[in-house]
Amino acid sequence: MNARHLVVVGGGMVAQRLVEALRDRDTAGTWRITVLAEEPRRPYDRVALTSYFSGRKPEELELGDAALWDDPLVTLVRDDAVTAVDREARTVTAASGRSYAYDHLVLATGSYAWVPPTEGADLPGVFVYRTIDDVAALRGYVEKLQQELVRPVRGAVLGGGLLGLEAAGALHALGAQATVLQVGTHLMDTQLDLGGGEALRRLINQIGVGVRVNAMTVRIRPHRRGGVGRLDLADGGRVDADVVVVAAGVRPRDELARAAGLEVGPRGGVVVDDTCVSSDPAVSAVGEVACIQGACIGLVAPGYAMAEVTADRLLGGAAEFPGADTATKLKLAGVDVASFGDAFGRTENSLEIVWADPLAGVYKKLVMSDDARTLLGGVLVGDASAYASLRPMLGRELPGDPAAFLLPEGGGGGVPDLELPDDAGVCSCNNVSAGTIRGAVTEHGCTDLGAVKACTKAGTSCGSCLPLVKKLVTTELAKQGITVSSALCEHFALSRAQLYDAVRVSGVRSFTEVVERFGTRAEGRGCDICKPAVASILATTAPAHVLEGERAALQDTNDHVMANLQKDGSYSVVPRIPGGEVTPEGLIAIGEVAKDYGLYTKITGGQRIDLFGARIDQLPLIWQRLVDAGFESGHAYGKSLRTVKSCVGSTWCRFGVQDSVALAVLLELRYRGLRSPHKLKMGVSGCARECAEARGKDVGVIATDKGWNVYVGGNGGFTPKHAVLLAEDLSTEDLIRTIDRFLLYYIRTADRLQRTAPWLEELEGGVDALRGVVLDDVLGIAADLDEQMAQHVVEYEDEWRATLDDPEKLRRFASFVNAPETPDPSLAYVPERGQARPATADERDAALRGEPVLVAGTTLEVRS
Amino acid sequence: MTVSETPTLPELRQTGWQAVCALKHLAPERGAAALYGPHQVALFRLVDDRVLAVAQHDPFSDAYVMSRGIVGSRWVDDVEVPTVASPMYKQVFDLTTGRCLDPAGKTPARGLAADLRTFPVRVVDGVVEVEIPEDDGPAGPAVSA
Repeated sequence: MNARHLVVVGGGMVAQRLVEALRDRDTAGTWRITVLAEEPRRPYDRVALTSYFSGRKPEELELGDAALWDDPLVTLVRDDAVTAVDREARTVTAASGRSYAYDHLVLATGSYAWVPPTEGADLPGVFVYRTIDDVAALRGYVEKLQQELVRPVRGAVLGGGLLGLEAAGALHALGAQATVLQVGTHLMDTQLDLGGGEALRRLINQIGVGVRVNAMTVRIRPHRRGGVGRLDLADGGRVDADVVVVAAGVRPRDELARAAGLEVGPRGGVVVDDTCVSSDPAVSAVGEVACIQGACIGLVAPGYAMAEVTADRLLGGAAEFPGADTATKLKLAGVDVASFGDAFGRTENSLEIVWADPLAGVYKKLVMSDDARTLLGGVLVGDASAYASLRPMLGRELPGDPAAFLLPEGGGGGVPDLELPDDAGVCSCNNVSAGTIRGAVTEHGCTDLGAVKACTKAGTSCGSCLPLVKKLVTTELAKQGITVSSALCEHFALSRAQLYDAVRVSGVRSFTEVVERFGTRAEGRGCDICKPAVASILATTAPAHVLEGERAALQDTNDHVMANLQKDGSYSVVPRIPGGEVTPEGLIAIGEVAKDYGLYTKITGGQRIDLFGARIDQLPLIWQRLVDAGFESGHAYGKSLRTVKSCVGSTWCRFGVQDSVALAVLLELRYRGLRSPHKLKMGVSGCARECAEARGKDVGVIATDKGWNVYVGGNGGFTPKHAVLLAEDLSTEDLIRTIDRFLLYYIRTADRLQRTAPWLEELEGGVDALRGVVLDDVLGIAADLDEQMAQHVVEYEDEWRATLDDPEKLRRFASFVNAPETPDPSLAYVPERGQARPATADERDAALRGEPVLVAGTTLEVRS
Repeated sequence: MTVSETPTLPELRQTGWQAVCALKHLAPERGAAALYGPHQVALFRLVDDRVLAVAQHDPFSDAYVMSRGIVGSRWVDDVEVPTVASPMYKQVFDLTTGRCLDPAGKTPARGLAADLRTFPVRVVDGVVEVEIPEDDGPAGPAVSA
C-alpha cells in the first residue's frame, strides 16, 4: 500500500490532536504521519502546566493514549527542530541534518513567549512561561534562592493576562511572594471588562498575590549577588524582585513559513483559509501559528477545531473552520474566571446586566441583545458556576429573566432549566455538541458519565464542561427510564451527603425518625447498608453511646460488640496506644491479658497490638482488665479514627525538627471515637525524612523548621495514593483547626464507605476548593465545623468503660441467651509458631474422626 | 504442650418446644443465639415484637454468627420482608423463610445450601419459646440437596 506522507512540524497539543483525529478516521491507512518535535518529550497538556507545581510529574501531563505513538503509521521524532522547508522539492530539513519528503505539510509550530526589548531582560532569574523546561527552570531557581535567602523569595510577573496569572499562581504555590505588574488598566484585559478585572484583582489579592496595574516596566536591574534584583517602572516606582517571569504575550512561530515564502499576516502568523490551507495548497497551518480569519488565536480549543478540519480535508472531506470560540474559563488558586462571546458589549445597542458583590468577591455580567432576550456574551468572576450552561446558549434566547442567571443561588428563584438545542456546543476543547452527548446515551448505550466521556471525548481536556455533560447524561438516561441513582439503598433515595445534611438540619436523633422523615417507605426497617450509615451520621450530629437505645440496632457487629469479627466468628481486641507510645507496664498488662485468655498477638501496621481469638462472652472480661490497666477502646472496629502513627521525633532523633510523638498523641486523643464515612488514619513525621509514612494517610503531618505541613487524601490499600499538600508551615493551633475542618467537611459530604482520597478526587475544584472551604471559609461554614468538633471533643467518652458500667449493655455479650456461660462449641484452635490459630475445616474433620490433631476451645495454652 | 479447659457442652439434649428467655431480654432488631444440643439457633425480635428464628450457622462463611447480623427489611414481591444480613460477607436472608435473597456474589462453603433453616417460635406469657426438631444430625448446617 502506498500511503502518502504527512509531515507535521511541531509536537504540541494541536499536533497531537491532528494525529489522533487522522488516525481515528483514516481506517484505510491512506496517510502515514511523521511528527517532528523540538521538545524532547511527547505532546503534553500545556494548559495544565501550573499543575506541575502541585506535584504532577511531566509524564502525567502527557496527552491522549500513549498507544497512538506505537501506531506503525505514526512516527514521532523528538528533540529535532525543523530548520527549513523546501516547497519546490517538498522536503523539510531538521537540525539533525535529516530531511523528510512530504506529500502534505502541516505547520503546527505554535507560539513563543514574547519578551519585550527591555534592558536587563537577559539577566539570570528572568524566565518565560511556556514549556515544561521553562517551568522546571523557574522552579529550580526559586528553590535555590529559598535555600540561600533568609526572607521569602520575591517574584514579579510582567503581564496580567491569563498566562501571567497562571505564572503568579505558580510562584505563590512555590512559596514565593508574587506581584503581578499589568501594563493596562486591569487584569485579563483581553477577556474581562474593567469591573471584572477589578473583582479579579481583589480575589487575587486575597490569596496573597500582589497586583499593580498601569505598571510599565522600563528596566530590569541586577542584584549585587548576581541575577535580577529590581524593576524600574515608567512612573518612577520600583519593585524588588529576585525572580521575574515575563508573560507579556505570545507571538506565532512563523519563521519557517516566512523563509519559505508563505504569506504571513500583518501581525505575523501563517495566513490560512477556512480549510486551514496556506498560500501553498500542499501546506496547512493549525493552532497558534495560523492566522485564520485575520488573527492568530492563542487558545487551544480553536486549535483543536483546526486540527479536526485539517484531518477531515486530508481525507477528502469538506469541513471548514467554524469561527473561533474564544470563551475562556480558568481557575486560579480557587478563583473562578470566565469570559465568553461579546464580553465587552461591542454589539450595537447591546444591553449589559451586571451583578456585583464586592464583599463576596463576585462580579457577573451578561451582554444581551437590545430586546434583552438573546445572549451575546458574558463575564463571570468569583463564581463561574453558570458558565457551563450559559456558554452553549450564546446567540440564543434565554428563557425567563436573564438576571436569574446572575443572582446568587437561592436569591432569585434559581436558575431556569435550560434545554440545550442538539447543535449547541458543550465541550469546546473537543468540539462536542449537546446532540453528540445525547447520542452517546441513546444510540451508543452509554449509561454513565465515564462511558460518555470515553465515547465522545467531551470533558476530557479542561473539564470545565463536566457539570453540564453530567446533567445532559442524567437527563437523557432519565428519559430512557434509567435513573442514575446516588441513593443510599432501597430505603433512602438520598445520597449519604444529602442524608447527612437532612439529619443535621432537622435535628432528628433516631433511626425510626430518620426513616419516617426521609425514607422511601415509612414501614421500612433499613438494611446492612443504611443502618450503619445512619448510625455514623447520628454519631456526629447527635453524639451518643454506640449501644444507646435504638442506636444499638444500627451497628455492624464490630461496632455492636466493639471488637473486630474474625473469620471463625471470634473477635480481635485492640486497645488504644496513642501515637504508638506505650509504657513497659502497659505492654506487660496487654501481654498478661493475652496470656490469660490464650489470644494470638500481633503488632499492627498502626503501631499497636491486636489480640485475636476472643469469644464474644470474653470481651467484657478482657476489657475490664484492660480498662483497669489504663487502656481505652482503640476503635479498630469503627469507621472512625484508627491510629496516628508517628516517628520518634525531635526528642530522641538526631534529625527531628519537631516533637512528632507529642503531636500524634494530641491528635489521636482529639479525634478518637470520631465516626466517619470510612476509617481514618493519620501520621506525623518529625522531619522531611518522613519515617511515619504520613503521606500514605488520610491526614499526614510533616514537621518543618517553621511548623507543620499538612497533607490530606492519602491511603494505602487497593489503590495507594499519596496525600496532597493542603497547607504549609502551620502553627500547632492552626494545624488543629485545619484538620478539624477538613475532617468534618469530609464527614459531612463524602459518600458511604468513601475514603478521603476518592472523595478529594471527586470534590469539584479539587484541593484548591478544599483550601477555600477549610482555610478561607468560602462556604461560611467554618464556625459551624469548629463548633461541631469542639462538641465531639467535649462529649467523647471511652465506650468500653461506659459499657462495663452498664449491666443492660453487658447482656449483649452473652454467648447464648439460654446458656450465657457456655462458650461457643464451634470454635476450635490449633497451635502454630507458639500461638493459637483457628482450625481449618480439614483439621476439624480430622479431629472428629479421632485423628491426632490438637484442637481446643479459645483458651489454648501453648508452651514451647 | 497441654490443653486446658476443654469447652463443656450442655448435658441436656432438648427437643420440642423450649423456653428460651423473657421477651424483654431480647433487644429489638438485634439477634441472640441459643444452644440446644447440636442446634445453634439465632433468634430475632422485630420492632413489632414478633420473634423469628433461623440457624445460627452462616453457610457462606461456615461460622456460627447469624445472630450478630443487622436486622432490616426488604421489599420483595410487594411485601416488606424482615431480613438479616450475615455479619461476615453480607448475604441477606429472609427471616420468615430463611431464603437467601442476595448471595452477594458468593457461593456457600463446602457445597452447603444457601438458605437458612428456620425454627418455629412463639411467645407465651412474655416468654419466648422455640421448637427444636427431633433430628440431631450434623450440628447446624443442612447439606445441600
